[in-house]
Amino acid sequence: MSLLEIENLSLAIGDTPILKGIELSVAPAEVMGLVGESGSGKSMTALTLMRLLPHAARATGRVTFDGIDILAATEDQMCALRGDDIGMVFQEPMTALNPVKTIGEQVAEGIRWHTRVTRAAAEERARKMLDRVGLPPAKFPLSRYPHELSGGQRQRVVIAIACALKPKLLIADEPTTALDVVLQAQILDLLRDLVAENRMGLLLISHDLAVVTEMADRITILRHGEVMEAGDTARTLSEQLHPYTRQLAQASMHVPARARSHDASQRQPLLEVEGVTRDYPGRPTSLFKPAAPIRAVNDVSLSMQPGQSVALVGRSGCGKSTMARMILALDKPSSGTVRFRGETITGKTEAELKPARRDMQVVFQDPYGSFDPRQKVEKLVAEPLHVLEKKPTHAERREMVAHALHEVGLDQRDMDKYPHEFSGGQRQRLSIARAIITRPKLVVADEPVSALDVSIRAQILDLFAELNQKLGIAYLFITHDLTVARAISDEVLVMHDGKIVERGKTNEVLDHPQSEAAKALVAAAPDLHRAIARKMQEQG
Amino acid sequence: MTAYLLKRLAISLATLVLASIVVFAVLEILPGDPARLMLGMNASADQVELLRNQMGLNAPLLLRYLNWAGGLVSLDFGRSYTYSVPVMDLVRERLAVSLPLALIALALSTIIAIPVGLFSASRRGRAGDTISMGAAQLGVAVPNFWFALMLIYVFAVWLRLVPAGGFPGWSAGIWPALKSLLLPAVALALPQAAILARVTRSALIEVLNEDYIRTARAKGLPYRTVLWRHALRNAMIPVLTILGLQFAFLLAGTIIIENVFYLPGLGRLVFQAITQRDVIVVESVVMLLVAAVIAVNLVVDLSYAVVDPRLRSRQ
Amino acid sequence: MTLHVDIPEETLSGILAKAFRNTAFVTGFIITVLILVIAVISYLWTPYDVTRLVIADKTQGPSLAHWFGTDHFGRDILSMIMVGARNSIAVALVAVGIGMGVGVPLGAFAAARGGLVDEALMRVNDLVFAFPALLSAIMITAIFGPGAANAIIAIGIFNIPVFARVARAGALAIWPREFILAARASGKSSTQISIEHVLPNIATLLLVQGTIQFALGILAEAGLSYLGLGAQPPMPSWGRMLFDAQTRMVVAPWMAIFPGMAIVITVLGLNLLGDGIADILDPKSRRQR
Repeated sequence: MSLLEIENLSLAIGDTPILKGIELSVAPAEVMGLVGESGSGKSMTALTLMRLLPHAARATGRVTFDGIDILAATEDQMCALRGDDIGMVFQEPMTALNPVKTIGEQVAEGIRWHTRVTRAAAEERARKMLDRVGLPPAKFPLSRYPHELSGGQRQRVVIAIACALKPKLLIADEPTTALDVVLQAQILDLLRDLVAENRMGLLLISHDLAVVTEMADRITILRHGEVMEAGDTARTLSEQLHPYTRQLAQASMHVPARARSHDASQRQPLLEVEGVTRDYPGRPTSLFKPAAPIRAVNDVSLSMQPGQSVALVGRSGCGKSTMARMILALDKPSSGTVRFRGETITGKTEAELKPARRDMQVVFQDPYGSFDPRQKVEKLVAEPLHVLEKKPTHAERREMVAHALHEVGLDQRDMDKYPHEFSGGQRQRLSIARAIITRPKLVVADEPVSALDVSIRAQILDLFAELNQKLGIAYLFITHDLTVARAISDEVLVMHDGKIVERGKTNEVLDHPQSEAAKALVAAAPDLHRAIARKMQEQG
Repeated sequence: MTAYLLKRLAISLATLVLASIVVFAVLEILPGDPARLMLGMNASADQVELLRNQMGLNAPLLLRYLNWAGGLVSLDFGRSYTYSVPVMDLVRERLAVSLPLALIALALSTIIAIPVGLFSASRRGRAGDTISMGAAQLGVAVPNFWFALMLIYVFAVWLRLVPAGGFPGWSAGIWPALKSLLLPAVALALPQAAILARVTRSALIEVLNEDYIRTARAKGLPYRTVLWRHALRNAMIPVLTILGLQFAFLLAGTIIIENVFYLPGLGRLVFQAITQRDVIVVESVVMLLVAAVIAVNLVVDLSYAVVDPRLRSRQ
Repeated sequence: MTLHVDIPEETLSGILAKAFRNTAFVTGFIITVLILVIAVISYLWTPYDVTRLVIADKTQGPSLAHWFGTDHFGRDILSMIMVGARNSIAVALVAVGIGMGVGVPLGAFAAARGGLVDEALMRVNDLVFAFPALLSAIMITAIFGPGAANAIIAIGIFNIPVFARVARAGALAIWPREFILAARASGKSSTQISIEHVLPNIATLLLVQGTIQFALGILAEAGLSYLGLGAQPPMPSWGRMLFDAQTRMVVAPWMAIFPGMAIVITVLGLNLLGDGIADILDPKSRRQR
């Protein structure tokens, strides 16, 4: 007997169909993985179960939870279910908690509401629950406010709220997407334990096939609001009967074809970073003592050869993005020097930097945020031409933009469009077009694919690889994702707490990590191959 | 927390000192010789000069500023040229009208606006919301002195419920005094209430779209409970900001409204003092009003810290 | 104060199509245009000459000959309102111009430079905000004498910190965006970035604030001329008309009603226009629909 049974669920918001004939079930103590790319309707499915949909949404079909017809239930009935029998965990831990209430109040609130116990009793339960999710009361008293906690800790609080009353069903909507791999592994472990302890059903929603494979007993694959394939996780993913399942799985494990690395150790290095440190002013602990500075980057040295592809990997907050900005001369090191093409760029004025800027470009993570929405593609892609000594004429400029667009697989007619007319993947192509238009020697890419769906990500990685071969551009990839590092880099540098703790050939480091930090990263990184193999083994 | 408090306090004091310099400088360049004005057009140049010396008007600029500022600090505001009484007495007398007026207006505006804002936000897009926000839109557009005239016409001239103007003084009893402040307070409060209601509504709606509201709903709390327990407090920050700004508005508003109702308040005092070039009175009253605005803004800053724990721990 | 700036991503035709479906915008736009047209017409033609006093016709109620009645000098109220519109609009508009022209560059500069420059500018802002605006306007007009020009200056000065604050808050929300970093990586100076990327992206915000300050300017001008500190007779102004009406409320209430309505309608129109613009260009409101 299933705990949750969804039959022929369709949903429309206004005139836009969102879900079409969804079938899905979750049994007690079962983990059901719901996988799909962005826009597939996974989050809407979750909100339908909670009846927390936007006003204009209309759902049809049948959703039965524990014998209750959810779509027909009154709001009072739903309030009784929510937080008591059905808990929910959301994607964004940074905003999921009320900033003006203590974590104790927020965990105890649901307990008091549903059980009508005294404040003291509810707080006692909240304390136990927080302890259970890994926030011991000695270190994390109930009086803490959300802003005093890190992202991973906040997600634990959200889980504590959702699981405080031992719900029969927990819905987790991308619970680890906003966290780095090490935190992700910890949160997934916690969820797995809670499921086992309370015989709770878990509906785990994720875009990440590897995560779902590691966690789920059964899996449902969603695309454009329709179920593509559903079934036992190990079998579904090993057999890959449905073409879309195969496409997703292959994209998740995609490694672009690249000729092996340039061995050019004799040549003059392209980039040399020597003993770079970056301090930020810290919070003063008292009025009269000067604040101890926060050291984001601590005595880092590295060097890159022309045409080489290097990945700088590490957990969030390890200082890798600060490092990238200093290399790009967008931030000034507190001490140490950065040399580019043999010239020191540290301490140069903007005018003196122009020649270096020509040879050094950047691609950012967010394909939505990295373009000025008020300008047309022509102007946006041409922006780096600003650093050329001889300003190109209008016709020349259009010619160069057209060429760059062609190189990244876009049409030259696209140059008269605005950025919002492109999809996420196309925008990342535009980003790359902008980065290569001056024919740079080095492109620094800060998490360039982490905001993209897997199939798009595979295409963008291919494009990076192709341009590396064709134009001989050296890459510095800043990433927390070891799959990306493995796919695209020759060498990897592992950063931890502002320091580089390990460096070497990519395969060697990722297969045989030596430092603690690298080992933790490798162990925590979800890997589809490994996950399928483990599932098969478990089932014999 | 302490650092935040001290910083705000220091900024407020600095602003106050700068403001005093500005006020003093502005009135220095104000045309018209106070001594000449006091003595009238027929006075001889010698008489005027004598009075200027007596009044300390011929002392060096810096000395005069320090004297004046020192006086302000010790609440000795000097003597009015035109009324020939200590400015402090004048201020005390007038404040007894203006302060109750501003406070009643502020209270009225808050009492009306916050429930209307809440009501509107919780009924977003429905008829109740449309009607109350339409009324608020109209309220914002009404000049308070015109509104005052209309109130006088309806309640004083036509219905004869309240006096059309004037102030009997608190000695005439609390009720008659309050009655004569009622229309002015309503005239001051309604346009401000309209603004505040709009701000409350939009702040609430903004907060209601936050992720943590969904978290609270997922706990099983009904919508109304979520509105009260989670949304309202977060929405208070912009509302407090506007309340602080409105205090300055209300103070300035009293200048016009007191003129409309012939109320012997601070606003009317300062307006008359300006036209009569009674510099000492203008300086003192303006500084008093500015100090009040700065103090209220300081209180608003501190109340942010009460509402928002993030500010409390920020240094 | 932090500010969230959402950047609309739409084409002009899409925006126009949405504008015409927005009731607030359409109403506000029609009212505003109507008032502007009336002000322009008043230069060419008014029902009666507003400078000629016809004592025989004094304080007459609304009639076919005088739609809105006449004042205590026998002047036609409708004609005076038409001419008064000119004055109100001119004062408020120029005051907005002063506020934007000085305030926006200051705010954008403060946001671009940060540090001490920013701090100093914000302290000056605090200082100006500490003075109740109307009180200071009275002082300014007292120093320079009453009149429309001085009313403009008095109101304009108080628009400066408002626009500086809005521009700064908007610019601060734009600066951390990645497209700004990308522009910096292309070697553009902070002035270039402010002009090319920041200002176009906060234009909506400034436009909305502009309509608000325009409306407030109309109210402030009315207040000043009510106190006798704005435009001087014989130039008609709405505030002055209300002052004249006050002592004659019992015998000639129309003298107060119609000029007041003119103010209310004008301010309402401008506020609706501002609301409409904000609504149309704010992607958040679109999401909730």
